[in-house]
Amino acid sequence: MTRAVEVRDLVKTFGRTRAVDGADLDVAPGEIHGFLGPNGAGKSTTIRVLLGLLRADSGTVRVLGADAWHDAVALHRRLAYVPGDVSLWPNLTGGEAIDLLSRLRGGVDRTRRDELVERFALDPSKKCRTYSKGNRQKVALVAALAADVELLVLDEPTSGLDPLMEAVFAELVTEAGAAGRAVLLSSHTLAQVEKLCDRISIIRDGVVVESGTLAAMRHLTRTSLDAVTASPVDLTPLPGVHDVTVDGERVRCSVDTEHLDAVVGALHAAGLRSLVAQPPTLEELFLRHYATAEARS
Amino acid sequence: MSATTGLGELVRLALRRDRVRLPGWIGSIVAATAGTAASFPTTYPDAQARLGALMTIDNPGTTALVGPLYGEGDYTYGIMVGHQLLGMVAVVAALMSIFTVVRHTRAEEESGRAELVRAAPVGRTAPALAALLVAVGANLVLAAGLTLALGGLGIETVTWRGSALFGAAVGAVGLVLAGVASVTAQLTEHARAASSMAGLVLAAAFVVRATGDVSVEGLSWASPIGWAQATEPFYADDGAPLALALGLAVVLLAGAVVLGRRRDLGSGLLTARPGPARAGSALSGPFGLAWRTSRGSLVGWTLGVFFFGLFYGPILSESSTFLDNVPVLEEFVPDVEASVAELFAAMIIAVVAIICAIPALQTVLRLRTEETSGRAGPLLATALSRTRWALANHVLALLAGAVVLTAGGLGLGLGAAWSMDEPSWVGTATGAALAYLPAVAVVVGLGALLHGWVPRAVGAAWLLVVVGFFFSYFGELLDLPQAVLDVSPFTHVSQQPAVAFEAAPLAWLSLVALLAIGLGLVGLRRRDLLDA
Repeated sequence: MTRAVEVRDLVKTFGRTRAVDGADLDVAPGEIHGFLGPNGAGKSTTIRVLLGLLRADSGTVRVLGADAWHDAVALHRRLAYVPGDVSLWPNLTGGEAIDLLSRLRGGVDRTRRDELVERFALDPSKKCRTYSKGNRQKVALVAALAADVELLVLDEPTSGLDPLMEAVFAELVTEAGAAGRAVLLSSHTLAQVEKLCDRISIIRDGVVVESGTLAAMRHLTRTSLDAVTASPVDLTPLPGVHDVTVDGERVRCSVDTEHLDAVVGALHAAGLRSLVAQPPTLEELFLRHYATAEARS
Repeated sequence: MSATTGLGELVRLALRRDRVRLPGWIGSIVAATAGTAASFPTTYPDAQARLGALMTIDNPGTTALVGPLYGEGDYTYGIMVGHQLLGMVAVVAALMSIFTVVRHTRAEEESGRAELVRAAPVGRTAPALAALLVAVGANLVLAAGLTLALGGLGIETVTWRGSALFGAAVGAVGLVLAGVASVTAQLTEHARAASSMAGLVLAAAFVVRATGDVSVEGLSWASPIGWAQATEPFYADDGAPLALALGLAVVLLAGAVVLGRRRDLGSGLLTARPGPARAGSALSGPFGLAWRTSRGSLVGWTLGVFFFGLFYGPILSESSTFLDNVPVLEEFVPDVEASVAELFAAMIIAVVAIICAIPALQTVLRLRTEETSGRAGPLLATALSRTRWALANHVLALLAGAVVLTAGGLGLGLGAAWSMDEPSWVGTATGAALAYLPAVAVVVGLGALLHGWVPRAVGAAWLLVVVGFFFSYFGELLDLPQAVLDVSPFTHVSQQPAVAFEAAPLAWLSLVALLAIGLGLVGLRRRDLLDA
């Protein structure tokens, strides 16, 4: 089966800035794929190349089996897009904007549209200029989710939505996944990504640095330990131990998964009284990438 | 905290943002004025030449365009400056003031930036006052610049006193319109509507003055531009009428402050109504969208240009009876086989044509706004191709040009037919105006070409309009060589009904326009779509 998104070695520069610098990205059909990265890492640029709005300097970019640049118009009948900062025509109403975008894509499913308008509690008779940021996002979401397409490209789609509406959004994305649609979801709401996504790619400085399921990623990373021992123990000389803090008999650290056995052995030797071991949350995974990105810049 | 806390900071902010724009406005106004004034002694070297100029220029058509003639028969260089330039320069200064005030008041609120500013310890009236102070400052600098530039020319009869009064009169009109703009900025929620409303007031001031100067005694005293011209710089040198302008500016400012206190941030005194929850069948493609986003302004332009024409119609008949009464003037009329009315009609239609290029070009430039605002992205992420998107706009631009041209020609024709009792004028004037469509199309083409290849520089297409205006007002006065005049597409169109219709220039102007639009589309298909 052809992949929903297949990006190989994508490079996109703006003047002297290399916004995307050899990125790879794969989204399988029917997969909900999280696309993470700090601001300015190249997420939106990659997405805009996928949509044929920007032209790749080099690399292959295929969407639903077709070339993202040359076949853009035909492709766009099969996908729907929501940007992170929706800007609408001030003198159109929200309902008019939804219908316009749907018609340009190929037609309006009225029942579906009305159902979505209701679920998002949107007043479609208001002029777009009077909408708050959250309501503008809703307009774009309704237009995209009402479309019968194979791929949803969502670039931080929930910015400005309240938690209630974020829950509605999560339900709708799950439904889309169940209906066999592929979703590329770029988001800063990590809990949402953790809950919704089958697989995740992390982009940093224009390069996708990690890609896989959350479980697989955790395996590659560190487990945090919080232990109380009978006598104080110095873990710092051991290989693969990081961020050690000692508070009397209590010791906290994070450990590379491959060195876990040796560290637990050392704790055991010191008389283990209590031990809490936690796999890293997505947030920790992500913050590590943020921190290294900052350290590098 | 008083209502004006933070005023100084806001003025500095506005000046920082406008550090290129305002010097640009002021510099070009001063340079164009002084340059034209400096050319007068060369163009009219002696008293005989000046008398000739006086005779060709002393007619109702010119009076309506530039203002009333004054002095006692001696058309001195000073009076030339005051008579020919003051009205036009004042209108440009007024536009500068309107844009400056709206940019720093309503545009800031509409964009949401004002919210950030007002959340800081900043008084409620400080933003409006800061904008106004900047506009006042700009007009003061402009007045000083005009005084120094004109006075410094050292032309006989262009006195320092007159130059100072000329500058002050221009600045006074600028101040009044700055006041008008601060009021309109309180009324609507949108910067564009605020500018348009203030622009309408300016247009009304112009029409009232023109009507007053040509036919209705005393009416010009109802227009700020009339007050400026009543100072008669370089002749009577009477500053008293400017007191009216200052008084009105103060009243308008006070009005704006009072109105501003009565409303919430971001809201206008005129509020928006709910609209349809579903799109009508017209709004289903790029053309429907382009029409919806520009119809308000296009209807406005059509009506405005129609009335502009209608208003000049009767002046045609007056100009011919005027010449009949003073037969000696006949020899100063250019040597062609045309009636005086036809000559003036051709002149006015040439101006109408350039005005019509403005809404047409605005329609093309809307593509750029769609792009920078981020609206084009989601639009082009649907099954809409870039070519269809842009072409729909270009077609609307050409249609807008055709409709507005027709309206202008029709207005002039109706006015002329009615006043001279010659129904044939309706067809003549409309046809003559429509003949300019290929020239308007070239302006549209340049816009499309730039949008396709160098979108950041798309505003440079305005140069064709500016050059067109400049040539039609000062081309003959400055005696520019034909090669320079040829830069403007408008000079290639045969000036009907004064001269016979020529099809060839229209054919190749159309060809150039189509080529430019086509090339623009090619560029658009190849480039990145820009965002914010």
